[in-house]
Amino acid sequence: MGFENLLLGFQIAVTPFNLFVAVIGITLGTIIGVLPGLGGANGVAILLPLTFTMPPTSAIILLTSLYWGALFGGAITSILFNIPGEPWSVATTFDGYPLARQGQGGQALTAAFTSSFVGAFFSIVLITLFAPLLAEIALRFGPPEFFAIQLLTFSSFVGLGGGNPLKSVVSILLGFILAAVGLDIVTGQLRMTFGITDLMKGFDFIVAVIGLFGIGEILLSVEEGLTFRGAATGMNLRVVLQTWKILPRYARTFVRGSFIGFWMGFKPGGATPASFMSYAFAKRFSRHPERFGKGELEGVVAPETAAHAAGVAAMLPMITLGIPGSPTAAVMLGGLIIWGLQPGPLLFTEKPDFVWGLIASMYTGNIIGVLMVLAGVPFFAAILKIPFAILTPLIVVVCAVGAYAVHSSMIDVWYMLIFGVVGYVFKKLDYPLAPLVLALVLGDLAENALRQSLIMSQGSLGVFFTRPIACVITLVALFFLLMPILTPWWRRLRGLPPTSGAPAEA
Amino acid sequence: MTRTADLITAAVLLLIGAIVVSDSLRLGAGWGTDGPKSGFFPFWLGVLLLGVTIAIAIQAWRRGAGAPFVTRERLRPVLQVLWPATAMVLLTGGVSVGTVTVLPALGLYVSAAIYLAFYMRWVGHHRWITVLLVAVGIPVVTFLVFEKWFLVPMPKGPLETWLGY
Repeated sequence: MGFENLLLGFQIAVTPFNLFVAVIGITLGTIIGVLPGLGGANGVAILLPLTFTMPPTSAIILLTSLYWGALFGGAITSILFNIPGEPWSVATTFDGYPLARQGQGGQALTAAFTSSFVGAFFSIVLITLFAPLLAEIALRFGPPEFFAIQLLTFSSFVGLGGGNPLKSVVSILLGFILAAVGLDIVTGQLRMTFGITDLMKGFDFIVAVIGLFGIGEILLSVEEGLTFRGAATGMNLRVVLQTWKILPRYARTFVRGSFIGFWMGFKPGGATPASFMSYAFAKRFSRHPERFGKGELEGVVAPETAAHAAGVAAMLPMITLGIPGSPTAAVMLGGLIIWGLQPGPLLFTEKPDFVWGLIASMYTGNIIGVLMVLAGVPFFAAILKIPFAILTPLIVVVCAVGAYAVHSSMIDVWYMLIFGVVGYVFKKLDYPLAPLVLALVLGDLAENALRQSLIMSQGSLGVFFTRPIACVITLVALFFLLMPILTPWWRRLRGLPPTSGAPAEA
Repeated sequence: MTRTADLITAAVLLLIGAIVVSDSLRLGAGWGTDGPKSGFFPFWLGVLLLGVTIAIAIQAWRRGAGAPFVTRERLRPVLQVLWPATAMVLLTGGVSVGTVTVLPALGLYVSAAIYLAFYMRWVGHHRWITVLLVAVGIPVVTFLVFEKWFLVPMPKGPLETWLGY
């Protein structure tokens, strides 16, 4: 049943204009992924205003292609410069950089890109198969189910995000509070505006993303003192073909990484833990675990496959439920609303051309992407040769332009600067930023779902437990929330040493 | 010290929590005639924020002082980015006290050029020719992309008016 739909999608995605848009998106995305301080989320946020005049399908293709590019780009800096461009590329540095130092950079990059492609492809196939089913189930969801899913989204940040769970909770609460500022659309009352007109409009999450991730990140980078000492790329066609001959050896790692990535990825914050988990598994099942960390090709394959699979899987809840799985997906969701589309399960029945065009463009975008990055590594690596005294103010200017363009409003540029400082302080104190952004995006939706649920039950929280689907989701959410309390207790019970989880953020 | 930074952040969060709770109480945090009142959701957010922040503050207090939050040498480059950026935003919109114009509104393109040139020369010690090329080139490209091709207007000042935009 899905096949004709996918075919329809390809007819939309494979038009010259949309292919051109994909190429532009991937180029920009890879540049953004390579640059410190600009990641997928704020790259998409800055470009969002440029898509207002485009047809929605081309617009989403531009933004998703940018996202694929950023995912690919993260690997370049990790391997050649030992600088993870994105949190989920951290595990790639473990073996990628040693390989590059030994003159095997070309091999490592080829392996990384190919693994990314395999992981992404696996997730896209699963999305093609499962997205329509999930959307169909979601059509039967009422407010309690939707609120339960929101609860699950945020509790998985607390339970799986790593870091200090209390600080994750604070980030979530702050996001919701910022979302509540301004006009309450249900009662028409003004909340937390204190008579200040500028506060009536509330806080736009796109501005928050640009400030928290863009400005905050650049402040952190200059503090740490940017120095790029890169290894040679050593990329050419012969190396690519030779590496492709070796890679089938790691078939099991590919499969394992893809599954881990998809499974972790459609829950929020999944890409980073997925990459670490995949790396750890590859090491455990390897015949030469002692080679890991010293330049083992499998140590590049494992995290890259999982990270890219997770990055793609994050799109699944966004298109089927209207609930984004990552900050980047959240910005895209904001885009959907601006383009006049209602995110959620109805999208599949009301705008099939949009949804299937998007899904088909995931295939084309990743195929174009892997070929482009394989050919363009020297160009992308050269970007980091730009002196930081040019790069830093350039990124600040680009962020300011992006923040202003959202609403053509100067106050947003000020918010961006403030969010930048907040992002810098929060990052240093280990408050995760992704949950704050997601809460800011989902604030109104979550509040309305909660209100409607409570109206249905006349104020009883029991409504989340009496309906079967809502009950299951709520229980899983509560389990994740309690996990930080349960895990140490469980470990002590089994006589295991206490460990900390994977680093926060995704 | 990181602990001090943690405690200051906690204090700010407590203040935010208190503001949220008090404003929610003003709006009504209970049950209205047709469902939860406007203040219902924010009230519980505020209460939770107060509780969790107190727990974080206690954690931070017990953990000891920790490493310095940021040293003076490392704070310098951060401020070198931050102050000129603030100046750029001020110059974009201009500043006036009453009817007296303290800073003229130059628009985003001109302020960005000044900011780029200033930072490149001051921090990077680049040659004037590089400074000039980058500081003029980037705003021009931005202008073409945003104003011309995608029709997204940016704040403009006297220079753009003089050029006829």
